[in-house]
Amino acid sequence: MSDIDLPSTPKPNLTGFVLPLVAGAGAFFGLVTGSAKDSALLGLVIGAVVGAALAYVLISYMPSRRMGRWAAVGLFAVIGVLVGGFPGAVAGAAIGAVMGWITYWLSEGDYRDNVPIYYTAPQVLWHNSYLFICGLVFFFLIAPIITIIPLSFNAENFFTFTPEMLSLDPAGYSLKHYRDFFTNPNWQQALRNSVQIAPAATFISVSLGTLAAIGLSSEHVPFRRAIMAILISPMIVPLIISAAGMYFFYSRIGLQGTFLGVVLAHAALGIPFVIITVTATLVGFDNSLTRASANMGAGPVRTFFKVQMPLILPGVISGGLFAFITSFDEVVVVLFVGSAGQKTLPWQMFTGLREQISPTILAVATILVVISILLLTTVELLRRRSERLRGMSPG
Amino acid sequence: MSDASDATSPDDARRMADSNEGGPVLAADGRPLKQSLQRALRRQKLRALGLIAPLLIFVVVTFIAPIADMLFRSVENQIVSDTLPRTVQSLEDWNADSGELPGQEVFRDFYFDMAVAAQRKKHTQLGTRLNYELTGVSSMFRRSGRRLDDIGEVYMDHFEDLNPAWGEEITWVQLMGSDDWLEQQRAWNADAAAADEADRDFDRPLPAFELNPAAREQLPRTSAIFDDFALYMRTDNQESVFEDEPWEVTYAALYEDLVANPEAASGFSGDNAALLSEAAAAVPQFEPVDYKAAILESEEGWSDPQVWATIQAFSPPYTSGYFLNAVDLQKTADGIEAQPEDRQIYALLFKRTLFMSLMIMGSCVLLGYPIAYLLSNLPLRESNMLMILVLLPFWTSLLVRTSAWKVLLQQQGVINDLLVWLGLVSDGARLTMINNQFGTIVAMTHILLPFMILPLYSVMKTIPPSYVRAAKSLGATNWTAFWRVYFPQSVPGIGAGCILVFILSIGYYITPELVGGTTGTFISNRIAYHISSSLNWGLAAALGSILLAVVLILYWAYDKIVGIDNVSLG
Repeated sequence: MSDIDLPSTPKPNLTGFVLPLVAGAGAFFGLVTGSAKDSALLGLVIGAVVGAALAYVLISYMPSRRMGRWAAVGLFAVIGVLVGGFPGAVAGAAIGAVMGWITYWLSEGDYRDNVPIYYTAPQVLWHNSYLFICGLVFFFLIAPIITIIPLSFNAENFFTFTPEMLSLDPAGYSLKHYRDFFTNPNWQQALRNSVQIAPAATFISVSLGTLAAIGLSSEHVPFRRAIMAILISPMIVPLIISAAGMYFFYSRIGLQGTFLGVVLAHAALGIPFVIITVTATLVGFDNSLTRASANMGAGPVRTFFKVQMPLILPGVISGGLFAFITSFDEVVVVLFVGSAGQKTLPWQMFTGLREQISPTILAVATILVVISILLLTTVELLRRRSERLRGMSPG
Repeated sequence: MSDASDATSPDDARRMADSNEGGPVLAADGRPLKQSLQRALRRQKLRALGLIAPLLIFVVVTFIAPIADMLFRSVENQIVSDTLPRTVQSLEDWNADSGELPGQEVFRDFYFDMAVAAQRKKHTQLGTRLNYELTGVSSMFRRSGRRLDDIGEVYMDHFEDLNPAWGEEITWVQLMGSDDWLEQQRAWNADAAAADEADRDFDRPLPAFELNPAAREQLPRTSAIFDDFALYMRTDNQESVFEDEPWEVTYAALYEDLVANPEAASGFSGDNAALLSEAAAAVPQFEPVDYKAAILESEEGWSDPQVWATIQAFSPPYTSGYFLNAVDLQKTADGIEAQPEDRQIYALLFKRTLFMSLMIMGSCVLLGYPIAYLLSNLPLRESNMLMILVLLPFWTSLLVRTSAWKVLLQQQGVINDLLVWLGLVSDGARLTMINNQFGTIVAMTHILLPFMILPLYSVMKTIPPSYVRAAKSLGATNWTAFWRVYFPQSVPGIGAGCILVFILSIGYYITPELVGGTTGTFISNRIAYHISSSLNWGLAAALGSILLAVVLILYWAYDKIVGIDNVSLG
């Protein structure tokens, strides 16, 4: 590093650095394939040799990255076909893509892209290992959710991948679990209950919650902290305790096992979310607007609907979404407060999981994942709109 | 307004109103300005409270009241004194340490209570309740309840032999009922008969039974039992006492009353008096029943003084018994003792809940810290993209995530299949990763990880990167700069995330129930078990109250560290 005008890093050493590492990666894939075919050692050796050869060829004769990586994908796909037919080709193509990427990533010095130029080799190694660890954690977060999506198309009644599925045979896949969900009266009843209970509970918590949040945001509220603590408490108290208390109390007053009881219980659970999101929106609310509107002759109701409401609407909607998802996703309280007539979707899933009845649960789970993606997008868009309206930060 | 006219600004006007010099400052309507301002403030306060009130009332009724009810149930114990009122009273004088059985009197009262309870089908509930404290009591109550009717029948036969009128409902009704009630009930009977004749529906409620004051005074035991009988007939059977003979135990009570008070007839008049004086004259010839012997014969378990000591110990309307049970202690005649070894499960369960919550919290910190660090140091566009990977699990249904782990971890599941395919594990020795502590910890770490990452991220976002750069420029290594400069500033985030994850995990029910098996369950699963399976609601309430106390203390700590208002929803 003594050379002053050396802004870019030197090309890594080919034989001492790139080849052994790519060979190592190849050896890893070889080992995996080999042990699946009961010849681990052979796989290891072949993998290392193929990896090193690939790296040498790509670096020496393929200066164009895109071309080189496609060549690697193609090569490994062909090898895959020879080893394991069509599914082998898919796996091979994936391995080829990774190998091609590693080769160029190492040989072009990309691995130093995100670190300061003065970093020593161990520091660069540590930085990349750190990124790798983060990747593993993200994998841990997402993989379980992704895994159930293909499994929900299983043609068999198993909770795992069948050989037909792994060989990408269309016969291994079917929509039968989705069909079961849409035709089975138990699931349909549960779905109906869920879509009746959740909106009713959301309506109660949003209407009462918004009013209370407006009241709480005024400057002169006596006992504000105590009131806030009471209103937030359903979020803090563990669900099992809420459920136990509601079960005892609601059976005293005859609400246990009724539709109304479940709706009231869910509304209580959703209220903290509405309060929190709406008060957060009201923090940026300019009170001179309501005064101006009153000054121009609007009554309090008109002012609320024409001035206040449009401005706090994003907060109200996202609070409502939180309340909705709380009720829609809730199972502990409904297990105790409800009876068989109020069986909701999560309850049905819960019993299904406990008794291992059918992979229809996975089909339902997939549908719910799709719904939650939609909800996530909506909330994110609303949050941005709200910030834009309040002029806080763009995007 | 005249005083305010020389003030130059509203602020001056307010100051003048406060200082109160030179007479009060007046508002436009002629009232003193200070008063007027206070009125406006009060109105504003009322308006705010009026907006909050509906929700506050709603939450108090639907949520706070249930919690209060649960706390109440954890100490409530009225079933003993409600079901055995006479026994509880006469047991007060008995000394449990004497090692002897209570006297004849207690057994007599116990017979009365049991006979009434058995008729009202309440004795099995009491047996179940006391069985929590002393095993075996439940079956004693059940067996005795079936056999005690014979005692009353002895007296019933005596009375009916003496005068067949004692076997008629009308005799009892006239003897026990007050004149007012008799009149109302007769009118009701007539209307009901008329309606029946005309084939009309008749649903007027029965008039409430009222005791004859003379009966209450002269025949206290009999009238108390008859009162219970009338109430039972009206509420449970929807019939009047005209329609059924009184319980057998009523005859025994009448015998006792007449023996104790041979002059009882003096309080009555007419037929009643004649009937009673005849009976009073005859009772000394009746063959008396040995209650103690009869009860011991019906079920020999009653000969154990321990049983009576337990009834005595649990006779007050409120008890600490459930809380003692919840911490593996029990209340006995000799004071508070540890439960027998094989029944000590709650301390273990609380310890396991704490241990597993700490494990989950620890794994969440380990996995969440690097992620939060990465997210807070990347450019906004990239970190927003990666944030979706954190928020998607956060928004996905809890049951979806739990079922995903069930699919992945089970013996015929994806991970085991993969390991077998790779040859790392032989097909016969698949790993057990579910229905144990490992399964619960893994699944719950996954579920609660976003709750760690989000608070950490929001704290790390506020740490200026220039501090670390300054440290490095002063010669710190990467590690020193991180450990001595960056890490201490991120500690509040770790604290907030840890408490949040801990609070959430110690109350978790669904995931441990589904993937926890027997060794990976939490205290909440035990609470649910007591509510829905063992029906020991008092113990469930006591366990719940302890858990609630722990959570509230932690929450208070959270409030001190982060503040309630900073609860963020991502």
